[in-house]
Amino acid sequence: MRAIKIQKILLFTILSLGAMVYLGPFIFSVIVSFSDNKNLINQPGQIVNSGWTLRNYIYIWKDLPFATWLFNSVVITACQTVTNVFFSALAGFTFAKLEFRGKNLIFGAMLASLMIPGIILIIPKFLIINEFRMINSYPGLILPGMISVVNIFLMKQFFETMPKDLVQAALIDGCNYFQMFWKVFIPNSKPALAAVAIYTFQGTWNEFMWPLIATNTSEMFTLPVGMASLRYELLTDWPAIMAGTILVSIPTLIIFIIFQRYFIQGVASTGGKE
Amino acid sequence: MVSGYGLKIKMKRNSSTKKEQQFWAFTFLFFPLMLLAIFVFIPILFSLGISFFNWELMASQQNFLGVNNYIEIFGDKIFYKAMLNTVLYTIGVVPIQTMLALFLAFVMNQKIRGRVFFRTAFYIPAVTSSVVTSIIFVAIYSKEGLLNSILGNFGFAANDWLTNPHTALISIMMLNIWTTSGYFMVSFLAGLQNIPNSLYEAAKLEGASRRQQFWHITVPMVRPVTYFVVVMSLIGCFQVFDQVFVMSDGGPNNATTTMAYYVYQNAFRYFRLGYGAATAIVLAGIIMIVTVIQKKYFPPNPY
Repeated sequence: MRAIKIQKILLFTILSLGAMVYLGPFIFSVIVSFSDNKNLINQPGQIVNSGWTLRNYIYIWKDLPFATWLFNSVVITACQTVTNVFFSALAGFTFAKLEFRGKNLIFGAMLASLMIPGIILIIPKFLIINEFRMINSYPGLILPGMISVVNIFLMKQFFETMPKDLVQAALIDGCNYFQMFWKVFIPNSKPALAAVAIYTFQGTWNEFMWPLIATNTSEMFTLPVGMASLRYELLTDWPAIMAGTILVSIPTLIIFIIFQRYFIQGVASTGGKE
Repeated sequence: MVSGYGLKIKMKRNSSTKKEQQFWAFTFLFFPLMLLAIFVFIPILFSLGISFFNWELMASQQNFLGVNNYIEIFGDKIFYKAMLNTVLYTIGVVPIQTMLALFLAFVMNQKIRGRVFFRTAFYIPAVTSSVVTSIIFVAIYSKEGLLNSILGNFGFAANDWLTNPHTALISIMMLNIWTTSGYFMVSFLAGLQNIPNSLYEAAKLEGASRRQQFWHITVPMVRPVTYFVVVMSLIGCFQVFDQVFVMSDGGPNNATTTMAYYVYQNAFRYFRLGYGAATAIVLAGIIMIVTVIQKKYFPPNPY
């Protein structure tokens, strides 16, 4: 009994130390962001002595284009999340429940495209968007991320677990295939839709490389691109930079804590990060 | 009579639904497939094409170079440096991250108070923007930063972690291990929960210690998850970009230039799009070869 207790205490200590390592940098960042001492980073031991202020947050909100970047990020993330959920559900349903010519060929091509590392797509995507004259515009930022093969697979797998009888029943009730999709399958697939929505939200909100390449003026930046530019603009004004990092992280953190269950399920069922 | 009538309707319905299904399938797939064609399928082929040209943004006609871009790669010292950095990065990050994730998951899988809190704590870095975590770590790694002041307590001399060519790459590697180990921990946790408890109970009866249980039950049983985690982190590490861009810009003196960063640099800083595309294809080729080797020699289910 005693050995077990000691072991439990040991495990708990390991986990607590681990939690400190994983959360420590965020706590450090929060503390610095509320400090009125621009040099706090030089003397973390002085935390207790320095004053607390909201000035850093007010500064980045009022004097920097932070609100513009936030708006851009919200627009792009909202559009891409909605279209990803809708299109991946629609395509997943089609692959799972409909028979049509060329199904295996199309599906095979999608499977194969998953094995191609994303880095080779960047330059051609840039040239295509440039050809459409969409560089530095919302369509240029949104269009390439409106659908993802991984999401289609997720939805297809999910719809395959739903009984085929549902199709027959809906047909007998006089539904066409879109009504069947919209009124029978969608209402019964909330967990899968939530997983796709959350993954897309998180991926789009944090996406860095594409908006970096597809924008060239500050008023089209997303939050990550804007933050990366601040790192060189503000240099050593760490309290202001840290206030920015905290503001960027809050939405993902809130969504994660509310929908934790779906995150964990999603990782467990696919494990895929995309 | 009644049943015959029903059969007739059913047959008619079946033959019409086949055509109907064809129609609906193509209606449903039209937009998704068009987007995939423009932004996935065509770019894959297009990138191969670009790599044979000296592609210029403003030119009306592109200058065909044949395989000259690829020949140039073989003589490019910075390319070799980038490849070496990427391989070092991957060799450093993947094993440590995988073992740490498995270890954390193993500890978390015990009956322990505050599991949900710990799981959340370990997972938060993975859901946070890579730019944000990179910036926070720039502050931590800076000469007057948190890391030096902690190490100073133990008598270590202050080091400028990101501008010292000997520590810059390792510093970025540490950041990556910190961000993704919690993510992969959740994958392992799911795998661990599928291991039947009876296996552990049998081992306990045989007198196996906890360490023996870990190596002889846990590790072999989660092998499919391990395979998956290693593939995912290999692919991620080979294409590391965000952290390098924010933290070091490839410096000092290319000490942290990775392959993905070099692709970006050529294409979007020097506007050598053809050369950038060629380096991207070489990188993609390397990644695909490595994953094929892994699948052949370290398959998910060897038994």
